[in-house]
Amino acid sequence: MTLDLLPVGQSARIVAVDWARLVDEEAQRLRSLGLEPGAVVAVAHRGVFAGKDPIALSIGRMTVALRRVHAMAMTVEPIAEAADFTEAFAVAAE
Amino acid sequence: MSRLRTAALVGNPNAGKSALFNALTGARQKIANYPGVTVERKAGRLVLPSGEPVELTDLPGAYGLHPTSPDEEVTAKVIMGRFPGEAAPEVLVVVLDASNLEQHLVFAQEVIALGKPTVVALNMIDLAERDGLVLDPAALETALGVPVIPTVAVRRRGLDELIGAIAAAEERKAEHHRPFVDQTERRVTAHAIAAAAIVSETQRHRLHARLDRVLLHPWLGPVILFALLFVVFQAVFAGAQPFVDALDGGAGWLHDRVKDAMAPSLARDFLTDGVISGVGSVVVFLPQILILFFFILAMEASGYMARAAFLMDRMMAGVGLSGRSFIPLLSSFACAIPGIMATRSITDPKDRLTTILIAPLMTCSARLPVYAVIIAAFIPNRNVGLGVGLQGLVLLALYVAGIVGAMAVALVLRRSITKGAASGFIMELPKYQLPRARDLAIGLFQRAWIFLRRAGTIIFMVTVVLWLLLNFPRAHEGESQIDASIAGHVANGLAVVVEPIGFNRDMALALIPAMAAREVAVSALATTYAVQATDDDATAQQLGARLKSHWTLPMALAFLAWFVFAPQCMSTIAVTRRETNGWRWPAFMLGYLFVLAYVAAGVTYWAARAAGL
Repeated sequence: MTLDLLPVGQSARIVAVDWARLVDEEAQRLRSLGLEPGAVVAVAHRGVFAGKDPIALSIGRMTVALRRVHAMAMTVEPIAEAADFTEAFAVAAE
Repeated sequence: MSRLRTAALVGNPNAGKSALFNALTGARQKIANYPGVTVERKAGRLVLPSGEPVELTDLPGAYGLHPTSPDEEVTAKVIMGRFPGEAAPEVLVVVLDASNLEQHLVFAQEVIALGKPTVVALNMIDLAERDGLVLDPAALETALGVPVIPTVAVRRRGLDELIGAIAAAEERKAEHHRPFVDQTERRVTAHAIAAAAIVSETQRHRLHARLDRVLLHPWLGPVILFALLFVVFQAVFAGAQPFVDALDGGAGWLHDRVKDAMAPSLARDFLTDGVISGVGSVVVFLPQILILFFFILAMEASGYMARAAFLMDRMMAGVGLSGRSFIPLLSSFACAIPGIMATRSITDPKDRLTTILIAPLMTCSARLPVYAVIIAAFIPNRNVGLGVGLQGLVLLALYVAGIVGAMAVALVLRRSITKGAASGFIMELPKYQLPRARDLAIGLFQRAWIFLRRAGTIIFMVTVVLWLLLNFPRAHEGESQIDASIAGHVANGLAVVVEPIGFNRDMALALIPAMAAREVAVSALATTYAVQATDDDATAQQLGARLKSHWTLPMALAFLAWFVFAPQCMSTIAVTRRETNGWRWPAFMLGYLFVLAYVAAGVTYWAARAAGL
C-alpha cells in the first residue's frame, strides 16, 4: 500500500518510491530528510478538520510534514515494531 | 598572522545554529543580504584565546551541498568558495543536533569530506539527555576524524572548548580527501556512526510528541491557533496603542517646538510639516511592528511556527500556495513590509513571489485611520441586531474584501504568471523549546533597526519629494497652495481619470500624498477642506462633517473600496524591489493593484448609485 493509506500510529518501511511522480526539488528534499527506500516511518498526524492533508511523519527522531501527493508516491510495508520506540513507550505507559 | 580569519557555522535547519551563533558572537552582528540574492548574511566577531578576532558567519541551514532552495544554494557556494565576492570560510563549524544524529550526520559527512579544517559542535546535548539519550563524543570524533565538542548554546556550555577547537583547527590544515560517496551511502554510514555514538537510549516519553498530540489535533489544533492569533491581534492593535500615542505625541511635541523655535519660513515648514510629520507618521508604527515580531520570533523559536504552517497548509493549498505563506500574510495585517521580509522562509521561488505580490492586499494598520474617518462620517452608528454595530460590520467587510481579493489574485497568478510545478509543502517540524529572552531581544533589536533605517532613508526621501510637489510652485495671493502646486495640477489631470469611478478632484488630490503612506490621506483631506483644529480628535470630527457635505455615500464607499486594493505605499514598493531584485515585480504589483482598485471603486460606486444610496 501507499504511505497515504497508512493508519495513524502504524509503523512501516518504505519499500519503493516512485520518484518520477515527484518534482525534482521535492524528490531531493524528501531524500535529504531521509524519506527513501529502507526508511522506517510512522504517520504521527494526518489532516486538519476532516481533511487528509497534510501529513506529519515520524522518521527517526524527526517529525516531517508533507502532502498526501508525496505520500502517494511511496509504497510502504507495515511492520510490527514501532518506528519510534520512545513514542510507543509513551503510549504504553499512559 | 594579523589578518582577520574567517569561520562559518554550517548544518541542517533546526540544529540550533542561530542560538550558537548568538552565544558565540553576542549582539555585535552585521546583517545584510548576500549580493544579488535575498538570503540573509549574518556575520559576527569571535575572539580566539590568543586574542585574535575571527569573522564568524552563520550560513543558512541546508540538508546537502546539492541545493533545493536559494538558501541552500548560498550555503553550498560559500563553502566551496564559489560565491562571487565572498571568500570561502577558512574553518567550518558543523553544527549537529545531538538528538537527531542519523539525520544530521548525512550533511556533516558531506561537509567533512571537503577536507577543509572542520570542527563539529554536538549541539543541544541537554535536549538529547532529556530524551534519555547518552552520547559518546569521543566515539563520534573517531568515526568522523575531526574534533567533536558537546555544546549547549542556550546555556553557554562548551563554548570555550569550541572556540579552542576552532583555533586549533586552523593550525592542523591537514586535508585528507575521501572518495565520492552518494547520498544513500552517506545515510547508511550516518546510521552506523550514530549507533556507535549512542551509549544508551532510555525509552522516555518525549515532550514534543505529547504537545503535538494537542497542538496538531485535527480539530483542537486550529482552534488553539485561531485563539492565539486573536491574542496576537489584540496585542498588536490594543496593546500597542499607548506606545503609538506616546510616539505620536512625541512627534507632535517636536513639531511644535521646532515651529516655535524658528522664524516662519519655507525651511521651517519643510522641517516641521515635511520631515517631522512625514517620518513621524511612519515611525509611530514601530510599537505595533515590535509587538507583532515579538510573537512571530517567539513562535519561531519555540517551534510552534512550523505547526501553524502545518495547520494552515490545506487552506493555502486551495489557492495554490503552501502553509509557509501563512506567517508572512499574517504579518502583513500589521504592515506589508515585515510581511514581505518574512517571505524569505518560503523555499519555493514561485510561491514566494506570489506571496509577496498579494501581501499588500492584507489590511495593514495604515489603512485603519482612513477607514475610521470615512466610516465614522458616512456609516450610521446603528445596531444591526445581536449587539453587532453597522460600523464594525463595514470595517470587517473591508478586511474580508482584502483577504478574498488576495486569495483570488493568488489563484489567478498561480495559474498564469507565477505558474509552476505544484508547490509542495515539505518541512521538518522542529522540537519544542522554550524561547530564550536573549535571543528574542537580539531578534527584536535587529528588526527595529531595519525598520528605523528604512524610515530614515526611503521614507524620508519620499516625504521630501512629496512635500516639494505640494509646495512648489508657490501660490499667489488669494490662491490656495495646493491648487498652485505641482501636485494640484497633477490632481486636475488625475480627476479626469478617476471621475468615472465617482471620485471628485479633492479625492484625487488626497490620493497623491497618500502614495507615500496611506494614513496621510486623512491629513491631506483635512488640508484640502481647510480644517483648522487643535487636536486629532477634533480634526477627525470636523473632517467628518465637511466630508459629509462634499461627498455622497456612493463616493465614500468607492473611496473605501479604493483603499482596500490600491498600492498606496511607497515603502512596500521599495521593499518589493529589494526582495525581488529588480523593478519588474514591483511595477507589476503597482499595475495590477491600481487596476483592481479602479475596478473595485467603480463597481462599488455604480452599484451603490443603482441601489439608490
